[in-house]
Amino acid sequence: MKSFLKYREIWLLAGILVLIGLISTRFPGFADPANLRQVFNDTSILMILALGQMVVILTRSIDLSMASNLCFTGMVVAMLNAAHPAIPIPALIVIALAVGLMLGAINGFLVWRLNIPSIVVTLGTLTIYRGATFVVSGGAWVNADQMSPDFINFQRAAFLGLPVLSWIAIIVIALFFLVMTRTQIGRSIHAIGVNPTASVYAGIDVGRTKFIVFCISGMIGGLAGYLWISRYVIASVEVANGYELNIIAACVIGGISIAGGIGSVGGAVLGALFLGIISNALPVINISPFWQMAISGSAIILAVVLNARGERRQGRIILRKAEAA
Amino acid sequence: MSRRIFKRTFSGPDTDMDTTAQRKAGIERPEPSGSSQSASPRLTLSGISKSFPGVRALHNVSLSLYPGQVTALIGENGAGKSTLVKIMTGIYQPDSGEIGIDGVATALPSAHAAFGHGITAIHQETVLFDDLSVAENIFLGHAPRTRFGTIDWRTMRKDAREVLETMRAGHIDADARLKDLGIANKHLVAVARAMSIDARIVIMDEPTAALSMKEIEELFLLIEFLKSEGKAVLFISHKFDEIYRIADRYTVFRDGEMVGEGLLKDTGQNEIVRMMVGRNVDHIFPRRDPKIGAPVLSVSGLSHPTEFDDIGFELRKGEILGFYGLVGAGRSEVMQAIAGITRTSRGAISLDGRTIAPKSAADSIEAGIVYVPEERGKQGVVIGMPIFQNVSLPSLARTSKSGVLRLAEEFSLARSYTERLDLRASSLSQDVGTLSGGNQQKVVIAKWLATTPKVIILDEPTKGIDIGSKAAVHGFMAELVEQGLSVIMVSSELPEILGMSDRVVVMREGRVAATYDNEGLDAETLVRTAAGIAA
Amino acid sequence: MTDTPAPRRIPDRLDKPLSSAIFSWEALLVVIAVLIFAVNSFASPYFLDPWSLSDLTFNFTEKGLIALAMALLIISGEIDLSVAAIVALASTMMGMAVQAGAGTPVLGLIGIAVGLGCGAFNGLLVTRLGLPSIVVTIGTMSLFRGIAFIILGDQAYKGYPQSFAFFGQGYVWWVFSFELALFLVAALIYWFVLHRTSFGRRVFAIGNNPVACQFSGVRVARIKFILFCLTGLMSGIASVLITSRLGSTRPSIAQGYELEAITMVVLGGVSILGGAGSILGVVLAAFIMGLVTFGLGLLNVPGIVMSIFIGLLLIIVIALPIVWRRLREGRFA
Repeated sequence: MKSFLKYREIWLLAGILVLIGLISTRFPGFADPANLRQVFNDTSILMILALGQMVVILTRSIDLSMASNLCFTGMVVAMLNAAHPAIPIPALIVIALAVGLMLGAINGFLVWRLNIPSIVVTLGTLTIYRGATFVVSGGAWVNADQMSPDFINFQRAAFLGLPVLSWIAIIVIALFFLVMTRTQIGRSIHAIGVNPTASVYAGIDVGRTKFIVFCISGMIGGLAGYLWISRYVIASVEVANGYELNIIAACVIGGISIAGGIGSVGGAVLGALFLGIISNALPVINISPFWQMAISGSAIILAVVLNARGERRQGRIILRKAEAA
Repeated sequence: MSRRIFKRTFSGPDTDMDTTAQRKAGIERPEPSGSSQSASPRLTLSGISKSFPGVRALHNVSLSLYPGQVTALIGENGAGKSTLVKIMTGIYQPDSGEIGIDGVATALPSAHAAFGHGITAIHQETVLFDDLSVAENIFLGHAPRTRFGTIDWRTMRKDAREVLETMRAGHIDADARLKDLGIANKHLVAVARAMSIDARIVIMDEPTAALSMKEIEELFLLIEFLKSEGKAVLFISHKFDEIYRIADRYTVFRDGEMVGEGLLKDTGQNEIVRMMVGRNVDHIFPRRDPKIGAPVLSVSGLSHPTEFDDIGFELRKGEILGFYGLVGAGRSEVMQAIAGITRTSRGAISLDGRTIAPKSAADSIEAGIVYVPEERGKQGVVIGMPIFQNVSLPSLARTSKSGVLRLAEEFSLARSYTERLDLRASSLSQDVGTLSGGNQQKVVIAKWLATTPKVIILDEPTKGIDIGSKAAVHGFMAELVEQGLSVIMVSSELPEILGMSDRVVVMREGRVAATYDNEGLDAETLVRTAAGIAA
Repeated sequence: MTDTPAPRRIPDRLDKPLSSAIFSWEALLVVIAVLIFAVNSFASPYFLDPWSLSDLTFNFTEKGLIALAMALLIISGEIDLSVAAIVALASTMMGMAVQAGAGTPVLGLIGIAVGLGCGAFNGLLVTRLGLPSIVVTIGTMSLFRGIAFIILGDQAYKGYPQSFAFFGQGYVWWVFSFELALFLVAALIYWFVLHRTSFGRRVFAIGNNPVACQFSGVRVARIKFILFCLTGLMSGIASVLITSRLGSTRPSIAQGYELEAITMVVLGGVSILGGAGSILGVVLAAFIMGLVTFGLGLLNVPGIVMSIFIGLLLIIVIALPIVWRRLREGRFA
């Protein structure tokens, strides 16, 4: 099992290295450690979001509401900070996680208890959460001068050479890796995607696991909400509008199968990095940002084609030898 | 869970197990297998009833399983066996009745709970996880943990190897992906899973369905081992020879009720069949007077890169040509190629003297060759659609007028063919998914007959269906050839091959091994040819 | 069976058609539509005016055209998230053609052709390469709109000929706009195709069990390809109407239309998993969504809050029958 997963990621890693290599032939500065650190930092939020989406897709579900979740929680946290700058940042992060969790739990509840397909539920909550952002903020923005200096600088502070934002991403990646490979819930998530019927027979509570998975993606959305708002120092109704597709794109490029059951933490991270490198490289190569959409679109299509090739089942091999005894 | 379990081997139980483990395993002392002593039952179901909207699946049913003994559960399709299994494994809750484990009334509100009581099931199609490793499949849900509560992979893989060793299945690689194993090995992994939780009640639902002779023998050895370990085994099967070999007791279900039980050594096969069917069944193979004509289908040199090579045979008009072989010999693959569903790399097919090269099922249907697939649920019926729409599906061009549906035509088509096949259903607009297996097969056959083919290929036509429907299908096949159709019948059931075919083609490992006239042909010859054993 | 009894007479149908009609999804939608209509009439004095009602139709006709084709696609078990992007690309192409001096008929043809071409592209990727439609169309969604952005950047094309405005702004008779007429005609055609032809029957069958259909001689790949082409075609037609109504082209045109179209389809009773649904339901759902957005618009509710209502509507209407059934079963358990 482990060797199989590594195979897919190795190709992606190789692809990324080649990409970096190509870009740096024209612009040597690109492969500089300092620049790469910045690319990593810029992609941190996407990596975190991709991990949250990954656990959902693994269970054969989808969460289209993550970006709206991010927008809503970000606005709540920003408004709190503007009104009460004395609240310490860790407390705000906890609040962001809690609000995100609540939004995710709503999704999870509808999928678990009412058995509504996740694409329908999150299609609904996608608009509801974003609309709720408007209601909560009255349509107003929260911008940089309303935010406390702590709020803005917390994730930018450097620690051992990397900004706190990057460290948060690293911690999240490590946590996800541990949970997915070393805990019961992580294995159950994989199992459900591979074979939901067998999971029931094996005593896994499929509905409850799906609920938990949406809670996780909700919390990730909440965390990303705080990080996004403080990074781009603006909270508005337009924040991350349409971003849900970038998140899914990162997962798809990372080899996570939309049919469920296949995918890994490494893949999600690499998929996000791939998109991050492209968006970072475009201004360097002097391609107008208007090309970015078309390029990510093509990258997604290519990734899906390559994934499908890998998953293709062979016809029965009968002639070589008899069935393995 | 005591890890000492894995020290036991086939040679006998470990006599220095501590008393806790003994109690957990539920045995006082090792019991000799095959004995029918009056040990108290490990599992009792009494007065169990279960209904679904419109269907009464089980009514006041009782069943007992005894430690160290195998009980066979026998019944036609739709008799309620799988519903009962689902109740025993906690998937369904009974509407009424009691479940007792070791004499104590127990509830099984979930699969998890049943698992906790040591009840496991091995299903016909193994319900495991293809993309996970063997070790993980064995220990899913109860993996060994480290001090911190996380999964201990090393111990898990070690324990998996141990379990497989005790079952004499050490050749299976614990790290291999389940997807890469053959079905026999997948069954072994399922049994290993049962062993790993020290299952006390093991349910086997048609476990030999996809196994070769050799693998069936090995499975029986395994069942003997389970018996010697004091486990209570429920063995569900249609095959009387297997039942009489491995089981001690039997219970017969019919139409959701328990109609008989007892010891196999005291009961004859005919009596059991009578209980199953409610009447005497003497012949299930119709008497025939074949009028065989000129070849209607000729195949030569048909080859596929990986599935079969150089296949050649002839089908004559009015003939039933049997295709026998071990599972995995390539018969279905050849038929699917003739039916246009898969591509061939070379070779020729000709129908009535004309060469045809079907590139899709639609092509071969047009030419007059139809293929009734093996997997009824997945490939045969469209569940969710009414019976009449299923029957008319390949014939829509005929029943419609310039693309516009004509329901009256469809209904009349469906009516005539389903009546010929004696279909049991409340209305033609009923969802085909609510029918029993045997009746679904009738719908499938009706669908294909409605296309008025010249050649009909039946792939395992009576697999997993009850005796009554089996007889109906066979009778029908005889009628078809009398009317001038030609039939190819792929089957793995020797009585069916010998009872129905005019000639038999035997395939082995993707090639035609021999072609026989069904004149004094015996089962031994067929099996030897199929397995490649010299006479 | 030892002796054969007389063949059983199996009736064609058992249901009383009336009872199944009353408890159907479409009936529920009619009730909801009537309710919302009533609420709207009370909430705003401007509502019950023929011209006002005519304006209402513009809220759902364009998306409704897309929803008609999307319904068939979803019934067959696939999905197309790139429809809005196809609208954008088709519009951009029409804008380019205008710059080159093309006249109204040519513009219309270009819009439709681009739509068809994009749909065929999707169809090839899904049917020839066997790729899952949800991710493929997420990719083409970015690709198509991306191309529109490459061509136009943040500019806009204007300068459409006067006659072109008829498609999106013209009326065929009294208050009935061209868009409404086109939508109703299209709905009729789609209803006939889905519910009365063998093509439509095969679409349902494929949505229920594509493998069995393959074995039964149904040309699954060809039918799915046609459905993708149709979706592209309808998006192209919608693009002509939208561009004509707005009188200009921007690459950001029709943002979010794909989700609205899917909402119409699901609200209309089509199962997202495929195999079931009706055109009548989709038309009713389109009408309901138009009612809601127009009514709220009259009350000056901002667009983004409107979408809360649409999201809530979707979830509540889907959840309603499930909750009802649970309550009934709970009562008699």
